[in-house]
Amino acid sequence: MRIELQINGEAHEADVWEGESLLFALREQLGFPGSKNACEQGECGSCSVLLDGTLVCSCLVLAAQAEGHEVVTVEGLADDGRLHKVQEAFVAAGAVQCGFCTPGLVVAAADLLKRNVYPSDDDIREALSGNLCRCTGYAKIFDAVRMAAAAL
Amino acid sequence: MDVLTPRSLEEALRLKAERPDAVPIQGGTDVMVELNFDRARPAVLLNLNEVAELRGWSQADGKVWLGAGLTYSEAMEPKLAEALPALAEASRTVGGPQIRNRGTIGGNLGTASPAGDALPPLLVCGAEVKLASVLGERVVSLEEFLVGPKRNVLAEDELILGVTVDTGDESRQTFMKVGPRNAMVIAVVSLAVRVDGDLRAAFGSAGPVSKLVRAELADADSFPQRVAEAASPIDDVRGTASYRRHALRILTKRALDRCLV
Repeated sequence: MRIELQINGEAHEADVWEGESLLFALREQLGFPGSKNACEQGECGSCSVLLDGTLVCSCLVLAAQAEGHEVVTVEGLADDGRLHKVQEAFVAAGAVQCGFCTPGLVVAAADLLKRNVYPSDDDIREALSGNLCRCTGYAKIFDAVRMAAAAL
Repeated sequence: MDVLTPRSLEEALRLKAERPDAVPIQGGTDVMVELNFDRARPAVLLNLNEVAELRGWSQADGKVWLGAGLTYSEAMEPKLAEALPALAEASRTVGGPQIRNRGTIGGNLGTASPAGDALPPLLVCGAEVKLASVLGERVVSLEEFLVGPKRNVLAEDELILGVTVDTGDESRQTFMKVGPRNAMVIAVVSLAVRVDGDLRAAFGSAGPVSKLVRAELADADSFPQRVAEAASPIDDVRGTASYRRHALRILTKRALDRCLV
């Protein structure tokens, strides 16, 4: 089936299988491989995107459900070639080991800071509780989110 | 496979009547896992995201209406959390933010898992489930609605519209859940307790269905034991039956300490 949607502010369309996830459509049909595919059951958060401004796991959204809606992926966070504050902070803090979880964590952290510019450590912990880093580099990730919050 | 996306409740009910094999999908937190893992290949998916009538909640005369499309995140918002504190506490324990932003009360009812986190809080608030088909609407108490693990009385041509719950006068309620961490956990055992004119407790993950237990206020001392005895837990990958029964007794005691002030 044919779907039309907005991705990072631009109109896109794709032919998708009816049972396909938004994640699969983004990565395999639409040319946005930033969102990562790991657990496919909403446990790991590495496929996190914003759907109409709400943080979701794109693996749990049917591609057909995104028809007519707006999606922002990790590729859409940078503004005119300039990295998002969260992305800059992840680089500066060294909050990356293997990097697989990074896109999801960046999107989740950007979503937190959009709603809460002075997050407590508990707010950060809660906001990132749906994202797993199996290198267990959480300390640096926390540093990065605190750094991004201070920079905003 | 077909995906049908109705734009109104009337259209949704008509499509469900025409295609009773259609699997409703709202937040996708259960259905998509089945699709992604090749465990289910339904002939038709009925996408309910565009049905505005299923969204939102309202309050009148001591009752709260929760639309089937109400998300856990919405159930945590201050105004609704004030009316239904146990449901808000339960919602906070569901998955992570991404799951709470998509998962819905209607989905929890439709899946009817013994571990459904919304079910114990709804049971202690006397939830009545409203179902509809093209032939009309009917209301079923949540206790009658749940008939077995992942089984409910929803007919093939019906959809869940939402639930009515009573907020109680000055009722004190709480929710507790045991799991290996605070997020992304399927309950090893869960419990909602409400105290006003009497004592009510409902548990999850401790029997084939979530179950309500009631007692007089004067029987508070024996209530934890009664709740534990009402459970029929099993040994599984998440915990043993004896641990679950033990935990329910302790949780009920703690919940009463919290509510009987």
